[in-house]
Amino acid sequence: MELPVLDETAVQIIATVVKFLVVLVAVLHIPPVMIWVERRAPALMQRRRGPNRVGFFRWRLWGLLQTLADAVKLIFKEESVPGSAYRGFFHLAPLIGLIPTLLFVSSIPFGPGIEIGGWKISLSVIELDIGALFILAVTGIGVYGVTLAGWASNGKFSLLGSLRASAQMISYEIPLGLSLIPLVLIYGSLNLQQLIYAQSVVWKWGIFLSPISFFIFLICMFAETNRAPFDLSEGESELVAGFHTEYGSAKFALFFLSEYVAMFALSCLCSVLFFGGWQIPFVSHALLVSLLGVNLAALVGVATLLLKAAFFMWLYVWVRWTLPRFRYDQLMNLGWKFLLPLGLANICVTALVLAVMGA
Amino acid sequence: MHPYLPVLIVLAVALVIGLVMSFLSAFFGPKVPSAVKQEVFECGVPELGSRERMSVRFYLTAILFILFDIETVFLYLWARTFKSLGWFGIVEIFVFVAILVAGYVYVLKRKALEWE
Repeated sequence: MELPVLDETAVQIIATVVKFLVVLVAVLHIPPVMIWVERRAPALMQRRRGPNRVGFFRWRLWGLLQTLADAVKLIFKEESVPGSAYRGFFHLAPLIGLIPTLLFVSSIPFGPGIEIGGWKISLSVIELDIGALFILAVTGIGVYGVTLAGWASNGKFSLLGSLRASAQMISYEIPLGLSLIPLVLIYGSLNLQQLIYAQSVVWKWGIFLSPISFFIFLICMFAETNRAPFDLSEGESELVAGFHTEYGSAKFALFFLSEYVAMFALSCLCSVLFFGGWQIPFVSHALLVSLLGVNLAALVGVATLLLKAAFFMWLYVWVRWTLPRFRYDQLMNLGWKFLLPLGLANICVTALVLAVMGA
Repeated sequence: MHPYLPVLIVLAVALVIGLVMSFLSAFFGPKVPSAVKQEVFECGVPELGSRERMSVRFYLTAILFILFDIETVFLYLWARTFKSLGWFGIVEIFVFVAILVAGYVYVLKRKALEWE
Protein backbone atom coordinates (compact mmCIF):
# COMPACT_ATOMS: atom_id res chain seq x y z
CA MET A 1 0.00 0.00 0.00
CA GLU A 2 1.24 3.44 -0.84
CA LEU A 3 1.38 5.94 1.97
CA PRO A 4 -0.28 9.29 1.21
CA VAL A 5 2.14 12.20 1.03
CA LEU A 6 1.75 14.46 4.05
CA ASP A 7 1.49 18.18 3.51
CA GLU A 8 2.06 20.92 6.08
CA THR A 9 -1.58 21.18 7.20
CA ALA A 10 -2.02 17.46 7.77
CA VAL A 11 1.21 17.24 9.77
CA GLN A 12 0.20 20.18 11.94
CA ILE A 13 -3.27 18.76 12.60
CA ILE A 14 -1.86 15.36 13.57
CA ALA A 15 0.76 17.11 15.71
CA THR A 16 -1.96 19.15 17.44
CA VAL A 17 -3.97 16.06 18.33
CA VAL A 18 -0.89 14.20 19.57
CA LYS A 19 0.34 17.22 21.56
CA PHE A 20 -3.05 17.66 23.19
CA LEU A 21 -3.28 14.00 24.12
CA VAL A 22 0.19 14.16 25.67
CA VAL A 23 -0.78 17.28 27.63
CA LEU A 24 -4.03 15.64 28.69
CA VAL A 25 -2.37 12.48 29.96
CA ALA A 26 0.23 14.55 31.79
CA VAL A 27 -2.45 16.77 33.27
CA LEU A 28 -4.52 13.79 34.46
CA HIS A 29 -1.59 12.83 36.66
CA ILE A 30 -1.41 16.19 38.39
CA PRO A 31 -4.36 15.84 40.80
CA PRO A 32 -3.28 12.47 42.24
CA VAL A 33 0.26 13.65 42.88
CA MET A 34 -0.81 17.09 44.10
CA ILE A 35 -3.44 15.71 46.48
CA TRP A 36 -0.81 13.37 47.84
CA VAL A 37 1.55 16.34 48.33
CA GLU A 38 -1.28 18.27 49.89
CA ARG A 39 -1.78 15.54 52.48
CA ARG A 40 1.85 14.78 53.16
CA ALA A 41 3.07 18.38 53.35
CA PRO A 42 0.73 19.46 56.20
CA ALA A 43 1.51 16.17 57.92
CA LEU A 44 5.19 17.16 57.78
CA MET A 45 4.41 20.68 59.00
CA GLN A 46 2.20 19.45 61.82
CA ARG A 47 4.43 16.50 62.77
CA ARG A 48 1.88 13.88 61.77
CA ARG A 49 2.28 10.94 59.43
CA GLY A 50 -0.29 11.57 56.73
CA PRO A 51 -1.35 8.79 54.34
CA ASN A 52 1.47 6.23 54.19
CA ARG A 53 -0.22 2.86 53.77
CA VAL A 54 -1.58 2.36 50.26
CA GLY A 55 1.21 1.09 48.06
CA PHE A 56 2.04 -1.62 45.59
CA PHE A 57 2.08 -5.00 47.37
CA ARG A 58 5.12 -4.89 49.67
CA TRP A 59 6.26 -1.42 48.65
CA ARG A 60 4.37 1.33 50.39
CA LEU A 61 5.87 4.16 48.32
CA TRP A 62 5.12 6.66 51.13
CA GLY A 63 1.40 6.29 50.45
CA LEU A 64 1.76 7.65 46.93
CA LEU A 65 -1.01 5.39 45.62
CA GLN A 66 -3.55 6.67 48.18
CA THR A 67 -5.11 9.14 45.75
CA LEU A 68 -5.18 6.52 43.00
CA ALA A 69 -7.23 4.39 45.34
CA ASP A 70 -9.45 7.38 46.05
CA ALA A 71 -10.01 7.97 42.34
CA VAL A 72 -10.97 4.33 41.80
CA LYS A 73 -13.33 4.58 44.77
CA LEU A 74 -14.95 7.72 43.32
CA ILE A 75 -15.51 6.07 39.94
CA PHE A 76 -17.22 3.05 41.51
CA LYS A 77 -19.55 5.15 43.68
CA GLU A 78 -23.23 5.59 42.96
CA GLU A 79 -24.06 8.72 41.06
CA SER A 80 -26.74 10.49 43.06
CA VAL A 81 -28.59 13.51 41.67
CA PRO A 82 -30.80 15.54 44.03
CA GLY A 83 -34.46 15.17 43.11
CA SER A 84 -35.03 18.91 42.94
CA ALA A 85 -31.95 19.69 40.83
CA TYR A 86 -32.01 21.01 37.26
CA ARG A 87 -30.74 17.81 35.73
CA GLY A 88 -29.34 19.17 32.47
CA PHE A 89 -27.29 21.91 34.08
CA PHE A 90 -26.31 19.59 36.91
CA HIS A 91 -24.64 17.21 34.45
CA LEU A 92 -23.26 20.01 32.29
CA ALA A 93 -21.56 22.06 35.02
CA PRO A 94 -18.47 19.86 35.60
CA LEU A 95 -17.84 19.80 31.84
CA ILE A 96 -18.11 23.57 31.55
CA GLY A 97 -15.66 23.79 34.42
CA LEU A 98 -13.20 21.35 32.86
CA ILE A 99 -13.07 22.34 29.18
CA PRO A 100 -11.88 25.97 29.69
CA THR A 101 -9.10 24.84 31.99
CA LEU A 102 -7.98 22.32 29.35
CA LEU A 103 -8.01 25.12 26.74
CA PHE A 104 -5.98 27.25 29.15
CA VAL A 105 -3.34 24.61 29.78
CA SER A 106 -3.05 23.84 26.07
CA SER A 107 -2.19 27.44 25.22
CA ILE A 108 0.92 27.39 27.43
CA PRO A 109 4.15 27.18 25.37
CA PHE A 110 5.88 24.30 27.14
CA GLY A 111 9.13 24.66 25.25
CA PRO A 112 10.83 25.83 22.08
CA GLY A 113 9.93 24.08 18.83
CA ILE A 114 11.10 20.61 17.93
CA GLU A 115 11.88 19.08 14.56
CA ILE A 116 10.62 15.67 13.49
CA GLY A 117 11.47 14.48 10.00
CA GLY A 118 12.06 18.01 8.79
CA TRP A 119 8.73 19.35 10.09
CA LYS A 120 8.92 22.18 12.59
CA ILE A 121 6.48 21.62 15.46
CA SER A 122 5.91 24.13 18.23
CA LEU A 123 5.45 22.84 21.75
CA SER A 124 2.24 24.67 22.56
CA VAL A 125 -0.98 23.02 21.45
CA ILE A 126 -2.70 26.33 20.76
CA GLU A 127 -0.39 29.10 19.60
CA LEU A 128 -2.22 32.37 19.13
CA ASP A 129 -0.89 35.87 18.62
CA ILE A 130 -3.30 37.03 21.31
CA GLY A 131 -2.38 34.23 23.70
CA ALA A 132 -2.62 36.33 26.87
CA LEU A 133 -6.08 37.67 25.95
CA PHE A 134 -7.24 34.19 24.96
CA ILE A 135 -6.25 32.90 28.40
CA LEU A 136 -8.16 35.71 30.11
CA ALA A 137 -11.24 34.95 28.01
CA VAL A 138 -11.05 31.25 28.77
CA THR A 139 -10.71 31.76 32.52
CA GLY A 140 -13.82 33.93 32.26
CA ILE A 141 -15.79 30.99 30.86
CA GLY A 142 -14.68 28.84 33.79
CA VAL A 143 -16.87 30.94 36.09
CA TYR A 144 -19.97 29.54 34.36
CA GLY A 145 -19.17 26.02 35.55
CA VAL A 146 -19.03 27.14 39.16
CA THR A 147 -22.19 29.25 38.93
CA LEU A 148 -24.19 26.55 37.16
CA ALA A 149 -23.06 23.84 39.57
CA GLY A 150 -24.34 25.78 42.57
CA TRP A 151 -27.52 26.98 40.91
CA ALA A 152 -28.50 23.61 39.45
CA SER A 153 -28.09 21.66 42.69
CA ASN A 154 -30.76 23.73 44.46
CA GLY A 155 -29.06 23.48 47.83
CA LYS A 156 -28.40 26.34 50.23
CA PHE A 157 -24.75 25.51 50.70
CA SER A 158 -24.15 24.97 46.99
CA LEU A 159 -25.84 28.23 46.03
CA LEU A 160 -24.01 30.29 48.65
CA GLY A 161 -20.73 28.65 47.76
CA SER A 162 -21.17 29.24 44.04
CA LEU A 163 -22.25 32.87 44.53
CA ARG A 164 -19.21 33.54 46.66
CA ALA A 165 -16.88 31.71 44.30
CA SER A 166 -18.16 33.36 41.13
CA ALA A 167 -18.19 36.88 42.65
CA GLN A 168 -14.65 36.29 43.85
CA MET A 169 -13.43 34.91 40.53
CA ILE A 170 -14.83 37.76 38.47
CA SER A 171 -13.58 40.35 40.97
CA TYR A 172 -10.03 39.07 40.74
CA GLU A 173 -10.14 38.69 36.99
CA ILE A 174 -9.87 42.48 36.65
CA PRO A 175 -6.59 42.87 38.58
CA LEU A 176 -5.35 39.73 36.80
CA GLY A 177 -6.01 41.38 33.44
CA LEU A 178 -4.48 44.67 34.57
CA SER A 179 -1.35 42.97 35.90
CA LEU A 180 -0.46 41.60 32.45
CA ILE A 181 -0.67 44.96 30.66
CA PRO A 182 2.71 46.35 31.89
CA LEU A 183 4.34 43.21 30.46
CA VAL A 184 2.64 43.81 27.13
CA LEU A 185 3.90 47.41 27.26
CA ILE A 186 7.47 46.33 28.01
CA TYR A 187 7.76 43.38 25.63
CA GLY A 188 5.31 44.65 22.99
CA SER A 189 3.60 41.32 22.36
CA LEU A 190 0.65 39.24 23.50
CA ASN A 191 2.09 36.03 22.10
CA LEU A 192 3.31 33.91 25.01
CA GLN A 193 6.16 32.34 23.03
CA GLN A 194 7.42 35.78 21.99
CA LEU A 195 7.13 36.95 25.60
CA ILE A 196 9.47 34.12 26.57
CA TYR A 197 11.96 34.97 23.81
CA ALA A 198 11.92 38.59 25.00
CA GLN A 199 13.04 37.42 28.46
CA SER A 200 16.21 35.84 27.12
CA VAL A 201 18.46 37.12 29.92
CA VAL A 202 17.76 37.03 33.63
CA TRP A 203 17.58 40.79 34.21
CA LYS A 204 14.92 41.02 31.50
CA TRP A 205 12.60 38.66 33.37
CA GLY A 206 9.14 40.01 34.12
CA ILE A 207 9.66 39.87 37.86
CA PHE A 208 12.58 42.33 37.65
CA LEU A 209 11.08 44.67 35.06
CA SER A 210 7.63 44.77 36.65
CA PRO A 211 7.67 43.48 40.23
CA ILE A 212 4.32 45.07 41.12
CA SER A 213 2.69 43.12 38.29
CA PHE A 214 4.10 39.94 39.77
CA PHE A 215 2.75 40.89 43.19
CA ILE A 216 -0.77 41.45 41.79
CA PHE A 217 -0.60 38.33 39.63
CA LEU A 218 0.47 36.16 42.54
CA ILE A 219 -2.47 37.26 44.70
CA CYS A 220 -4.91 36.82 41.80
CA MET A 221 -3.46 33.37 41.12
CA PHE A 222 -4.62 32.23 44.55
CA ALA A 223 -7.97 34.03 44.36
CA GLU A 224 -8.80 32.79 40.83
CA THR A 225 -8.53 29.15 41.82
CA ASN A 226 -10.45 29.69 45.09
CA ARG A 227 -7.51 28.44 47.08
CA ALA A 228 -6.51 29.27 50.64
CA PRO A 229 -6.27 31.95 51.99
CA PHE A 230 -9.16 32.89 49.66
CA ASP A 231 -11.10 29.62 49.81
CA LEU A 232 -14.29 31.16 51.22
CA SER A 233 -16.34 29.43 48.55
CA GLU A 234 -15.75 26.14 50.31
CA GLY A 235 -15.20 27.18 53.91
CA GLU A 236 -15.83 23.76 55.44
CA SER A 237 -16.92 25.22 58.75
CA GLU A 238 -19.74 27.25 57.17
CA LEU A 239 -20.63 25.81 53.77
CA VAL A 240 -19.86 22.07 53.99
CA ALA A 241 -18.01 22.03 50.66
CA GLY A 242 -19.25 25.01 48.67
CA PHE A 243 -20.56 24.74 45.14
CA HIS A 244 -19.88 21.02 44.76
CA THR A 245 -21.71 19.93 47.92
CA GLU A 246 -24.26 17.90 45.95
CA TYR A 247 -21.75 16.27 43.62
CA GLY A 248 -20.38 12.83 44.21
CA SER A 249 -18.61 10.09 42.28
CA ALA A 250 -16.92 10.88 38.96
CA LYS A 251 -18.45 14.36 38.66
CA PHE A 252 -16.86 15.37 41.95
CA ALA A 253 -13.56 14.04 40.62
CA LEU A 254 -14.02 16.24 37.53
CA PHE A 255 -14.33 19.35 39.71
CA PHE A 256 -11.17 18.35 41.51
CA LEU A 257 -9.42 17.74 38.21
CA SER A 258 -10.35 21.15 36.84
CA GLU A 259 -9.24 22.87 40.04
CA TYR A 260 -5.81 21.28 39.94
CA VAL A 261 -5.42 21.76 36.20
CA ALA A 262 -6.24 25.45 36.67
CA MET A 263 -3.63 25.67 39.43
CA PHE A 264 -1.07 24.02 37.17
CA ALA A 265 -1.93 26.25 34.22
CA LEU A 266 -1.66 29.40 36.33
CA SER A 267 1.66 28.21 37.75
CA CYS A 268 2.94 27.67 34.20
CA LEU A 269 1.61 31.07 33.13
CA CYS A 270 3.35 32.72 36.07
CA SER A 271 6.66 31.08 35.09
CA VAL A 272 6.13 32.09 31.47
CA LEU A 273 5.30 35.71 32.21
CA PHE A 274 7.67 36.49 35.05
CA PHE A 275 10.40 33.86 35.15
CA GLY A 276 11.52 33.39 31.58
CA GLY A 277 9.38 30.35 30.79
CA TRP A 278 11.38 27.37 29.57
CA GLN A 279 14.73 29.17 29.57
CA ILE A 280 17.39 28.14 32.07
CA PRO A 281 18.80 31.23 33.85
CA PHE A 282 22.29 32.22 32.64
CA VAL A 283 22.31 29.54 29.92
CA SER A 284 21.30 30.79 26.51
CA HIS A 285 19.07 28.62 24.37
CA ALA A 286 21.46 28.87 21.41
CA LEU A 287 24.22 27.32 23.53
CA LEU A 288 21.94 24.43 24.53
CA VAL A 289 20.99 23.82 20.90
CA SER A 290 24.64 23.72 19.83
CA LEU A 291 25.44 21.27 22.64
CA LEU A 292 22.42 18.96 22.56
CA GLY A 293 20.66 19.53 19.25
CA VAL A 294 17.20 21.03 18.77
CA ASN A 295 15.06 18.23 20.15
CA LEU A 296 17.04 17.50 23.33
CA ALA A 297 17.31 21.22 24.06
CA ALA A 298 13.53 21.45 23.75
CA LEU A 299 13.14 18.61 26.24
CA VAL A 300 15.46 20.39 28.68
CA GLY A 301 13.30 23.47 28.19
CA VAL A 302 10.12 21.55 29.01
CA ALA A 303 11.76 20.17 32.16
CA THR A 304 12.83 23.68 33.17
CA LEU A 305 9.32 25.08 32.77
CA LEU A 306 7.83 22.18 34.72
CA LEU A 307 10.37 22.73 37.49
CA LYS A 308 9.46 26.40 37.71
CA ALA A 309 5.75 25.53 37.71
CA ALA A 310 6.35 22.90 40.40
CA PHE A 311 7.68 25.61 42.66
CA PHE A 312 4.42 27.55 42.36
CA MET A 313 2.38 24.39 42.91
CA TRP A 314 4.36 23.90 46.09
CA LEU A 315 3.71 27.56 46.98
CA TYR A 316 -0.04 26.87 46.75
CA VAL A 317 0.28 24.09 49.32
CA TRP A 318 2.70 26.03 51.48
CA VAL A 319 0.46 29.08 51.66
CA ARG A 320 -2.63 26.99 52.29
CA TRP A 321 -1.20 25.54 55.48
CA THR A 322 0.44 28.78 56.60
CA LEU A 323 -2.17 31.53 56.31
CA PRO A 324 -5.64 31.62 57.90
CA ARG A 325 -8.73 32.25 55.75
CA PHE A 326 -9.79 35.80 54.87
CA ARG A 327 -13.19 37.25 55.73
CA TYR A 328 -15.42 37.87 52.71
CA ASP A 329 -15.49 41.68 53.01
CA GLN A 330 -11.71 41.70 53.40
CA LEU A 331 -11.41 39.60 50.26
CA MET A 332 -13.60 41.92 48.18
CA ASN A 333 -11.91 45.03 49.60
CA LEU A 334 -8.50 43.66 48.70
CA GLY A 335 -9.60 43.01 45.13
CA TRP A 336 -11.61 46.13 44.40
CA LYS A 337 -10.07 48.78 46.64
CA PHE A 338 -6.43 47.81 46.67
CA LEU A 339 -5.43 45.66 43.69
CA LEU A 340 -7.55 47.48 41.08
CA PRO A 341 -6.16 51.01 41.77
CA LEU A 342 -2.69 49.53 42.20
CA GLY A 343 -2.97 47.79 38.83
CA LEU A 344 -4.10 50.98 37.08
CA ALA A 345 -1.33 53.03 38.71
CA ASN A 346 1.18 50.35 37.73
CA ILE A 347 0.14 50.62 34.09
CA CYS A 348 0.32 54.44 34.05
CA VAL A 349 3.74 54.53 35.74
CA THR A 350 5.13 51.84 33.46
CA ALA A 351 3.88 53.66 30.36
CA LEU A 352 5.39 56.97 31.55
CA VAL A 353 8.74 55.42 32.40
CA LEU A 354 8.89 53.60 29.06
CA ALA A 355 8.00 56.77 27.15
CA VAL A 356 10.60 58.86 29.00
CA MET A 357 13.26 56.22 28.43
CA GLY A 358 12.33 55.91 24.77
CA ALA A 359 12.27 59.65 24.13
CA MET B 1 -3.11 25.93 9.05
CA HIS B 2 -5.47 28.48 10.50
CA PRO B 3 -4.24 29.46 14.01
CA TYR B 4 -7.68 28.86 15.54
CA LEU B 5 -8.01 25.30 14.22
CA PRO B 6 -6.17 23.85 17.27
CA VAL B 7 -8.76 25.57 19.50
CA LEU B 8 -11.50 23.61 17.74
CA ILE B 9 -9.53 20.36 17.92
CA VAL B 10 -8.86 20.81 21.64
CA LEU B 11 -12.53 21.67 22.22
CA ALA B 12 -13.70 18.53 20.43
CA VAL B 13 -11.25 16.15 22.11
CA ALA B 14 -11.83 17.73 25.53
CA LEU B 15 -15.60 17.42 25.09
CA VAL B 16 -15.41 13.72 24.23
CA ILE B 17 -13.02 12.92 27.08
CA GLY B 18 -14.97 15.04 29.55
CA LEU B 19 -18.23 13.31 28.61
CA VAL B 20 -16.67 9.87 28.98
CA MET B 21 -15.20 10.79 32.35
CA SER B 22 -18.36 12.33 33.73
CA PHE B 23 -20.39 9.23 32.91
CA LEU B 24 -17.86 6.73 34.29
CA SER B 25 -19.79 6.35 37.54
CA ALA B 26 -23.07 5.98 35.70
CA PHE B 27 -21.57 2.87 34.05
CA PHE B 28 -19.60 1.40 36.96
CA GLY B 29 -21.44 2.57 40.04
CA PRO B 30 -24.43 0.87 41.70
CA LYS B 31 -27.87 2.42 41.32
CA VAL B 32 -29.99 2.24 44.44
CA PRO B 33 -32.01 5.46 44.53
CA SER B 34 -34.16 6.31 47.51
CA ALA B 35 -36.25 9.32 48.53
CA VAL B 36 -33.95 10.33 51.37
CA LYS B 37 -30.82 9.92 49.27
CA GLN B 38 -32.17 12.25 46.63
CA GLU B 39 -32.77 15.08 49.06
CA VAL B 40 -30.47 18.07 49.00
CA PHE B 41 -27.90 18.02 51.80
CA GLU B 42 -28.93 20.51 54.45
CA CYS B 43 -27.34 18.99 57.53
CA GLY B 44 -30.27 16.68 58.22
CA VAL B 45 -33.12 19.17 58.54
CA PRO B 46 -36.04 18.86 56.05
CA GLU B 47 -35.16 20.25 52.62
CA LEU B 48 -36.07 23.89 52.00
CA GLY B 49 -34.53 24.48 48.61
CA SER B 50 -32.76 27.65 47.57
CA ARG B 51 -34.70 29.14 44.66
CA GLU B 52 -35.26 32.45 46.35
CA ARG B 53 -33.71 35.89 46.33
CA MET B 54 -30.01 36.36 46.80
CA SER B 55 -28.09 39.39 47.99
CA VAL B 56 -28.10 42.26 45.50
CA ARG B 57 -24.37 42.73 46.14
CA PHE B 58 -23.62 39.84 43.83
CA TYR B 59 -25.51 41.46 40.94
CA LEU B 60 -23.71 44.75 41.56
CA THR B 61 -20.36 42.97 41.54
CA ALA B 62 -21.23 41.29 38.25
CA ILE B 63 -22.28 44.58 36.61
CA LEU B 64 -19.16 46.39 37.81
CA PHE B 65 -17.06 43.47 36.62
CA ILE B 66 -18.38 43.86 33.08
CA LEU B 67 -17.58 47.58 33.07
CA PHE B 68 -14.03 47.19 34.32
CA ASP B 69 -13.32 44.09 32.28
CA ILE B 70 -14.21 45.80 29.01
CA GLU B 71 -11.96 48.65 30.02
CA THR B 72 -9.16 46.14 30.55
CA VAL B 73 -9.61 44.87 27.02
CA PHE B 74 -9.33 48.43 25.68
CA LEU B 75 -6.08 48.83 27.61
CA TYR B 76 -4.75 45.67 25.95
CA LEU B 77 -5.28 47.11 22.49
CA TRP B 78 -3.49 50.28 23.51
CA ALA B 79 -0.65 48.37 25.18
CA ARG B 80 -0.01 46.34 22.02
CA THR B 81 0.23 49.49 19.85
CA PHE B 82 1.96 51.54 22.55
CA LYS B 83 5.32 51.83 20.77
CA SER B 84 3.87 53.14 17.52
CA LEU B 85 1.44 55.57 19.19
CA GLY B 86 4.08 57.34 21.30
CA TRP B 87 3.19 60.33 23.47
CA PHE B 88 -0.18 60.77 21.72
CA GLY B 89 -1.24 57.33 22.94
CA ILE B 90 -0.08 58.06 26.47
CA VAL B 91 -2.08 61.31 26.70
CA GLU B 92 -5.14 59.58 25.25
CA ILE B 93 -4.93 56.68 27.66
CA PHE B 94 -4.43 59.00 30.61
CA VAL B 95 -7.65 60.78 29.68
CA PHE B 96 -9.34 57.37 29.39
CA VAL B 97 -8.03 56.23 32.77
CA ALA B 98 -9.01 59.57 34.35
CA ILE B 99 -12.64 59.14 33.21
CA LEU B 100 -12.52 55.59 34.49
CA VAL B 101 -11.13 56.64 37.87
CA ALA B 102 -13.92 59.23 38.13
CA GLY B 103 -16.45 56.42 37.66
CA TYR B 104 -14.56 54.25 40.11
CA VAL B 105 -14.61 57.01 42.76
CA TYR B 106 -18.37 57.43 42.15
CA VAL B 107 -18.88 53.71 42.71
CA LEU B 108 -16.86 53.88 45.90
CA LYS B 109 -18.78 56.95 47.19
CA ARG B 110 -22.12 55.27 46.53
CA LYS B 111 -20.84 52.37 48.66
CA ALA B 112 -21.50 49.86 45.90
CA LEU B 113 -18.43 47.92 46.94
CA GLU B 114 -19.14 47.73 50.67
CA TRP B 115 -19.64 44.25 52.11
CA GLU B 116 -20.74 43.85 55.67
